[in-house]
Amino acid sequence: MRTSLFKNQDALAGLLFMGLGALGFAVALGYKFGTTIEMGPGYFPRILSLVLIGFGILTFIKGVRSCAAIEGGWAWLPLALLTAAMVLFGFLVERLGLVPALATLIFVSARAGHEFKALEVLVLTVVLSLLAAAVFVWGLKLPYSLFAWNF
Amino acid sequence: MEIIDHFVLGFGVALSLQNLAYCFLGVLLGTLIGVLPGVGPLVTISMLLPMTFGLPPVSAVIMLSGIYYGAQYGGSTTAILVNLPGETSSAVTCLDGYQMARRGRAGAALAIAALSSFVAGCIGTLLIVALGVPLAGWALRFGAEDYFALMVLGLVAASVLSHGDMVKALAMVVLGLLIGLVGTDVNSGAERYTFGLPELADGIGFTVLAVGIFAISEVVLNLEQKEAREVFTRNVGGLMPRWEDLKASFLPTLRGTAIGSFFGILPGTGPSISSFSSYMLEKKLAKDPSRFGQGAIEGVAAPEAANNAAAQTAFIPTLTLGIPGSATMALILGALIMNGVQPGPSVMARNPELFWGVIASMFIGNALLVALNLPLVGLWVRLLSIPYRWLFPAIVMFCALGNYSLNNSAIDVYLCAAIGVLGYVLAKLKCPPAPLVLGYVLGPMMEENVRRALLLSEGDLSIFVRSPISLTFLALSLLLLISMALPAIRRGKARVDQEEAGAT
Repeated sequence: MRTSLFKNQDALAGLLFMGLGALGFAVALGYKFGTTIEMGPGYFPRILSLVLIGFGILTFIKGVRSCAAIEGGWAWLPLALLTAAMVLFGFLVERLGLVPALATLIFVSARAGHEFKALEVLVLTVVLSLLAAAVFVWGLKLPYSLFAWNF
Repeated sequence: MEIIDHFVLGFGVALSLQNLAYCFLGVLLGTLIGVLPGVGPLVTISMLLPMTFGLPPVSAVIMLSGIYYGAQYGGSTTAILVNLPGETSSAVTCLDGYQMARRGRAGAALAIAALSSFVAGCIGTLLIVALGVPLAGWALRFGAEDYFALMVLGLVAASVLSHGDMVKALAMVVLGLLIGLVGTDVNSGAERYTFGLPELADGIGFTVLAVGIFAISEVVLNLEQKEAREVFTRNVGGLMPRWEDLKASFLPTLRGTAIGSFFGILPGTGPSISSFSSYMLEKKLAKDPSRFGQGAIEGVAAPEAANNAAAQTAFIPTLTLGIPGSATMALILGALIMNGVQPGPSVMARNPELFWGVIASMFIGNALLVALNLPLVGLWVRLLSIPYRWLFPAIVMFCALGNYSLNNSAIDVYLCAAIGVLGYVLAKLKCPPAPLVLGYVLGPMMEENVRRALLLSEGDLSIFVRSPISLTFLALSLLLLISMALPAIRRGKARVDQEEAGAT
């Protein structure tokens, strides 16, 4: 049975490890290697990166041999939406305040679900914003403004 | 007796109003969130981790431990009531627990699960004391090279013994070690892998990594499938187990506790394997094995005792050696480091109130669990009907807000989102996340110990084989690696993995 490389679970994992290892090694070239007695900041990272590349190669070979495919599809849309929700929250919380940032986060992340009912999301937003304000602002006494305008 | 003094000290700490409240809060939150469908102990702990920051270290660990065994227990409630294991370790409980529930004996199953967990939890906690004290005393004599070798053994064992592919698990350990290096190097002051961002000078925050890799990627994985669930709420039945139930559960509970305690101490094994093996053992010992899978009470008591005992004894290497054996323990250890406690054998001597306070709180927490769970079963049942589409935005909110609140830094939230993406991709490629977190937690300590050892030996690498302790650990690690390369053993492990998957 042949599996396309793009669906080959282990081959992709191997490539990912090799890539991350290569990146780690390349960046660590900028740090002093030092000697065994007095290790520089680059000693450990370079060795670890090489080991990671090694494991990556092993995993890749195994993948090419076994051809195990990834189970199920990729949930790219939910992943993108959740990532966007968190990034938007980080961007907005200091500019518009806690409540608008949370509302955006909940609205965007709720779109990642299978069902999206506007009324439900509205209620959810109100309840969760109140909960967050209660726990973090009034409970843990963190100095966040609920609404703001800093641009 | 010295030990009595220790317990007096411990209970003094744990019974203070504040710590009692945190223990209660932890158990309550843990059960509450653990019962919610699709939210296991790892997600629960990583999500609530930021909130324990700022508490005194004792209270933080007491609360986190409470969350841990609360969530563990919440998982078995869902296993019995809706045939949906909250986490892998309660998968086995589904087999007979759900069958009991279908026969109108859900109450008895829940009660037996609670009681056997309680017994196992108490015995497990006593074991922490019995084994932990001498172990820490022995470990105090370790040199830097011995420590390094012990960490190697811990990491190798955790990857070899855990579920799935060994090479990928080892690669994840190395990746975790690399991620642990991000930030300022303590020896030279040089910044590594910070890409010029001042926010990264202190490294990637522990909660940022834990939340991204466990919580965010878990939510996306859950969103792949449509939710389909048959909630079983018809009749919970009487909570009081019958006398013959208790009698039938007594020995299985003890056997389960023994199995669980053993696997709990080993790195990489823990609750899932324990509950599975103890179920298999009971089935073999039973006079009539065909009752299993049809609602046999032993099939609930033994695995529940086993996974709870394992959950407790997993604290032994974490608290006494500073070497976590599982992802959850890595989270607890990370919380200790975050709170300024240097983990290792000296914790017991330097922070006795922490060690003994946490131990004492475990007895209290386990008792609270029984007291809390049985009367509130009705509430837990109702929680089960909350649809996931309401839950996951709340999880994402707590993840984002929790991470933001630690340093008031938006960069942390961005980083967490990025790690979430990486975590999801890795999870889809069947790369286990636990070894990565173990590597991340141990990375800085490992580098420091290697450096110290080689500085003392003047660069002579043979120091790692000249110390008998270090030699033993390294030899054991090598043996584990070689044994996995042998085809016969590898096939055996693949079979166990498969059977375990079959049980779920």
